[in-house]
Amino acid sequence: MIEDLFPLLLTRYNYYMAVIIMMIGLYAMIAKSNLVKKIIGLNIFQTAIFLFYISIADVRGGTAPILIEGSNALYVNPVPHVLILTAIVVSVSTTAVALSLVIRIHREYRTVEEEDLMRMEGGSG
Amino acid sequence: MREDVVIRTVCRAMIPFIQLFALYVILHGSSSAGGGFQGGVIFASAFILYVIAFGIMEVRRRMHEKVVVALSSLGLYIYAGIGILCILFGAGFLGYSAIPLPVSAAETRGLMMEFVEIGIGLTVMAVMTSIFMDISVKEGGED
Amino acid sequence: MKKWALLAVIFVGGLLLWAEGGVPAFGDPSAPAYNYVAERYVREAYNETATINIVTAILADYRGYDTLGETTVIFTAGVAVLLLIRREGRL
Repeated sequence: MIEDLFPLLLTRYNYYMAVIIMMIGLYAMIAKSNLVKKIIGLNIFQTAIFLFYISIADVRGGTAPILIEGSNALYVNPVPHVLILTAIVVSVSTTAVALSLVIRIHREYRTVEEEDLMRMEGGSG
Repeated sequence: MREDVVIRTVCRAMIPFIQLFALYVILHGSSSAGGGFQGGVIFASAFILYVIAFGIMEVRRRMHEKVVVALSSLGLYIYAGIGILCILFGAGFLGYSAIPLPVSAAETRGLMMEFVEIGIGLTVMAVMTSIFMDISVKEGGED
Repeated sequence: MKKWALLAVIFVGGLLLWAEGGVPAFGDPSAPAYNYVAERYVREAYNETATINIVTAILADYRGYDTLGETTVIFTAGVAVLLLIRREGRL
């Protein structure tokens, strides 16, 4: 069992790191009461997804997918790079919209703590 | 704003180079690492540096928010306009090779991609600047 | 609340860590992600678009429709922020 686990860890460490970062972000999104901290958790989660995709793109010994003239170089997979290039900008946009919603909530209720907001609305926090 | 001569002088020297680098990144998107998204964000970072050094009022005086919003839609219009131009020349939406230019079909596609990148760069730059200008307003309506 | 959150996160993370054993190794050239689509892009991008940066060629040409959608998303986000927090009478 343990000798099976070791090559797994050695050949897939990037994926394991992505999952660990994702767990940190997910915990911040669920457990934190402050809305800004929840958004930071969302960003950490997104970073984990980016790391996972870029890890998928890698080919051992490959270089960046910019053609080198007259050489027969091995290039890494360009498709995940394209997906993540657009996803990074979209993540910035979603963060901006989320932060502006938090600003509006703070203007209305003077707090960004989820528990206080629940109490003000009469819900069960 | 605080009067800090070091920050102001360094920013005044840095901002033109940041903007030049952003234009370089946008226009060299097809021949090296770069492109519209990256260059647009670098260009917006120059504006953000300007706001940090000189205050939001100075930026508003030089570049009105109406202009920023108009630029953000202009970039999208460039992109969609090139797509519709391809329909007018008989190809599908964004089928660049149909546009009659005195170069080969592959080079036409490469050239149209540059214009598309410029559109993307304009939109990203204007949206990032607009978001930063909106969020940097203090509470109580004062700037 | 925090205890349940930690439990849920460990459950989801454990499932994912367990599933990672099935993905191809990091940098494996025969990974299914590197299929004929990516190979064709790398092979034909210069002949078809006269662009040496394959990422840009895919972004602006092969998948231009997708990128138009992404640009629209960014524009929509900018307008949404503007509508949410800009004071009246300022535009």
